[in-house]
Amino acid sequence: MSKFDFPPSIRSRPIWSSLEARKGTAHLMIADAEGAEAILDIATPELMANSHIIHIPKGKSYSEHLSALNPAQLYEGPSYEAALPRIRRVLTDGHMGLQVYLAGTEGLMGQAMQEMMSAGIPHSAIQTEHHGSTARRMQCVHCKGITEDIETDPYQCSHCGLHLFVRDHYSRRLAAYQGVRVDAEDHGNIPEPKGIYE
Amino acid sequence: MSGAEKIQVKVTEVTPLNALVTRFRFEAVDGSLLPTFSGGAHTVVEMQDGGITRLNPYSLMSDPYDQSAYTISVRRDDAGRGGSLFMHNQVKTGDEMVISYPVNLFSLDLRARKHLFIAGGIGITPFLAQIHQLEHFNGHWELHYSCRSEALGSYADELSHSHPNKTHIYYDDQDQRIGLQHLLEGQPLGTHVYVCGPKGMIDWVKSTAEAESWPADNIHYEEFLAPQPGKPFQVKLAISNKTIEVGEHESLLEAMEREGVDAPYLCRGGACGQCETRVIDYQGNFIHRDHWLDDNEHASGEKIMPCVSRFEGKTLVLDH
Repeated sequence: MSKFDFPPSIRSRPIWSSLEARKGTAHLMIADAEGAEAILDIATPELMANSHIIHIPKGKSYSEHLSALNPAQLYEGPSYEAALPRIRRVLTDGHMGLQVYLAGTEGLMGQAMQEMMSAGIPHSAIQTEHHGSTARRMQCVHCKGITEDIETDPYQCSHCGLHLFVRDHYSRRLAAYQGVRVDAEDHGNIPEPKGIYE
Repeated sequence: MSGAEKIQVKVTEVTPLNALVTRFRFEAVDGSLLPTFSGGAHTVVEMQDGGITRLNPYSLMSDPYDQSAYTISVRRDDAGRGGSLFMHNQVKTGDEMVISYPVNLFSLDLRARKHLFIAGGIGITPFLAQIHQLEHFNGHWELHYSCRSEALGSYADELSHSHPNKTHIYYDDQDQRIGLQHLLEGQPLGTHVYVCGPKGMIDWVKSTAEAESWPADNIHYEEFLAPQPGKPFQVKLAISNKTIEVGEHESLLEAMEREGVDAPYLCRGGACGQCETRVIDYQGNFIHRDHWLDDNEHASGEKIMPCVSRFEGKTLVLDH
């Protein structure tokens, strides 16, 4: 059970969709952890013949399943940062007609989308599908520090130490949700952290 | 007052380019600077032609940052409704005219890593302004320009001379054709394609780019429709409480304007959506010709674009 129904929210909150195989001259698929399932769902031999899969396992191994798809290229790496030089190389060498598929956590999809947009691909042309953890990549609006994999609200900023309220306000440019000081008006009055979707 | 704001201008140059195309230069009557614009913008030129006021949109082709003057190029259409013939035969240096502020329905997408321009005939004009704009910022562009012959290739020589490595000219009479599929296949990621020219060329570029799996947001086109003549019809305007006749050679929008109804408009060519009008009641058939409403809206009988669309039937009541 790696799918999650995100509750309806404000307009700024990204809405993740479902991947579908599209016609294209080349296919770039980037996924982390259970995001591999979205690729397995749409894989066909024709699609895989021109697909470059980049997977960050995060402890969930899909190696055998992904290798069995026989994609044109398959890369598994320890982190998104480790995969980034490869992603940039694919984008530099890429031509119009390349299709992009992102799957997995919000942090992975957001950061990869940011990279795609800076290569000139409109966000409207990028497919996404959420799988796995619902943890968020958060930016502290006070010190601007990014903290990854936040599961509770409020959380403590890993840079400045403030306790931050987890907002649904999302920045596509930063690939992060915004965290705002929870005790701004009444210093020290910090609610007990609970799960973001509890 | 409908439409964009107006500017009083004086015609300061009339330059015939070839057998079909003449260039006009406009400067403000009071000598003030004209507004800057963005490449791809057009102006609506008012022509007092006998008792008729003609309002035709023309792409601005001058440098968008040059505030001293605007220039347009007009292709003579002998079978058209008369606007281009008026410009060619009646307009002289020194004449005063009224033009609209620039309106842009064909702007550059500045997220693009590369701009690929495809022009057919007089469709070159918006690209001239866009090329000026991009040259100011060292933008990455490439032009593929198809024209009938060397004699009719407006600005082909100037472009080839100023930008020899970015300009590619194709002459129909020498059997030169744009190798479109090959061209689109080779484009680097982040390219946007822009097409301006005859309808067939626009459809060809749109469908080829779609077949090459280009995202819809990377495909841009500009197609102004001229209103087509049709059978006269009667229309009731509910708010102004008038019943008016739309003649064979005028559009519904023009008929409303003739009767003193201040109907909204911008492009007058079925593209911008400004003149969208609610239909209150009808008995008959719409002849929809715009690019603005979608197929469902066309079928619904609830909306009409009076700048290019017509009606045949018994009754038509509009919310004007």
